[in-house]
Amino acid sequence: MDLLYFAWVREAVGIGQEQRDPPAAVGTVAELIGWLSTQSPGHAEAFADPAKLRAAIDQRFVPLDTPLNGAKEVALFPPVTGG
Amino acid sequence: MIRVSIDPAPIELAMELSALEERGAGGVASFTGVVRGDGGVTALELEHYPGMTEDALCMLAEQAMDRWSLLGVTILHRVGRMEVGERIVFIGTAAAHRREALDACAYLIDRLKTDAPFWKREWRGEDASWVEARQSDADAAAQW
Repeated sequence: MDLLYFAWVREAVGIGQEQRDPPAAVGTVAELIGWLSTQSPGHAEAFADPAKLRAAIDQRFVPLDTPLNGAKEVALFPPVTGG
Repeated sequence: MIRVSIDPAPIELAMELSALEERGAGGVASFTGVVRGDGGVTALELEHYPGMTEDALCMLAEQAMDRWSLLGVTILHRVGRMEVGERIVFIGTAAAHRREALDACAYLIDRLKTDAPFWKREWRGEDASWVEARQSDADAAAQW
């Protein structure tokens, strides 16, 4: 799946986009965050506290307990601050 | 008619307001967000999620068109770096009467704050920090 990161999540991971194939046991966005946090020191920093993160699946905001169900694009980011 | 744009270029107020007036409206309401220099802020930088941002703003505009009798909605958001005093965001609504235009305009800016994927970074000279989301913005959006 394509993963996109924004704002300080992007900065902590060190890249804005990557392609990853998480193991089958990763079923939800929250589980994806947990798995990503084991992938590098940068990932560990970005994904240490899921309470600070929000997500979108295929460009729609979703709660973190949402099943991934074949998602093509998952974005992880802090709460939005536009306007 | 809906106009949505996400652009690093400055927002031209007079042109946007005139375009809304030309839709045959009896009333045009607008909100303009401007970079504040509070707490030593020298500039803002706006990041967004290309593709999703445009869809999210179009969806908001459509929701406003469905809820109020509007003749036009314009939502413009700048991205990139902006200095103090520069415009960040413009919301304009055109309707036959003031109430629809004013209410829809307030709805759009309240919901834009929580429903569109933008992230703001404040610069103070050479130092930058990401702005944290505020509960008051979530509360304002929820009231609609």
